Amino acid sequence: MPDLAQLLAAEVPLSWYLILSVILFVIGAAGFLIRRNIITVFMCIELMLNAVNLSFIAFSHKLKMVDGHIYSFFVMVVAAAEAAVGLAIILTVFKNRETLEIDEVSSLKL
Amino acid sequence: MTETVFFYCFAALAVAGAILTVTMRNAVHCAISLIASLGGVAGLYLMLHAEFLFAVQIVLYIGGIMVLFLFVIMLVNLEAAARERQFHRSWVGGLLCAGGTGAMLAWFWLRGAGTLRLPPAVQPTPREGGNVESLAMVLFRDYLVPFELASLLLLVAIVGGVMMAKKRI
Repeated sequence: MPDLAQLLAAEVPLSWYLILSVILFVIGAAGFLIRRNIITVFMCIELMLNAVNLSFIAFSHKLKMVDGHIYSFFVMVVAAAEAAVGLAIILTVFKNRETLEIDEVSSLKL
Repeated sequence: MTETVFFYCFAALAVAGAILTVTMRNAVHCAISLIASLGGVAGLYLMLHAEFLFAVQIVLYIGGIMVLFLFVIMLVNLEAAARERQFHRSWVGGLLCAGGTGAMLAWFWLRGAGTLRLPPAVQPTPREGGNVESLAMVLFRDYLVPFELASLLLLVAIVGGVMMAKKRI
């Protein structure tokens, strides 16, 4: 039976993680642009943040530094704060307008 | 070999969850797909030896933020919205923009991969303890001010959330 540590030592190259990160980011961006429901748009933002975190951590692993971990930790903190405030705004919008369609909530549009 | 197999499994989970998040009709299904996607990315964190962020991803993202999302989805009535058109009128343009961005990033990466000169990996002092210890050393020594600013940001978010959601202050 082969040694488990030896098996796990085979590294996945950095570029695979970066390509995966690009794919996830693009899916999130596409959802952000085409969905009409505010809550789903908000979830797509979380998806994009997560994709960027993945590339931070992949680089951090490659360089053997933990600074990338710190950055993505801060991104998560900001995402949590953003989710709390954003969801409160969504609740207020729904209370005032009874709808969550993006095209209906366009008072700020010129 | 094993690591490659695990990478493919987690990557497939993450991408499939992301695609379902964008395409599902019901918002609750979107949230559950997003949880699957976040779980796949959490597995990738574990493969990259970011154990602390793996735990944070599970506890904070899946356990905190997504539950908050599900609460809000339950509070607002989305039955009418689920029956309507899900995608924007100009969805082709949106997809083209997003796809173009992705193609550009991938092209830069493929063409410029040779010119990307990463500095040689610094050999850290022999690590006693694991990822959490080394992270804590850096966080509380070099990044103490951003850490305190993050707590201030969370305080602002608490006050903002209460102000927004309450009827009368």
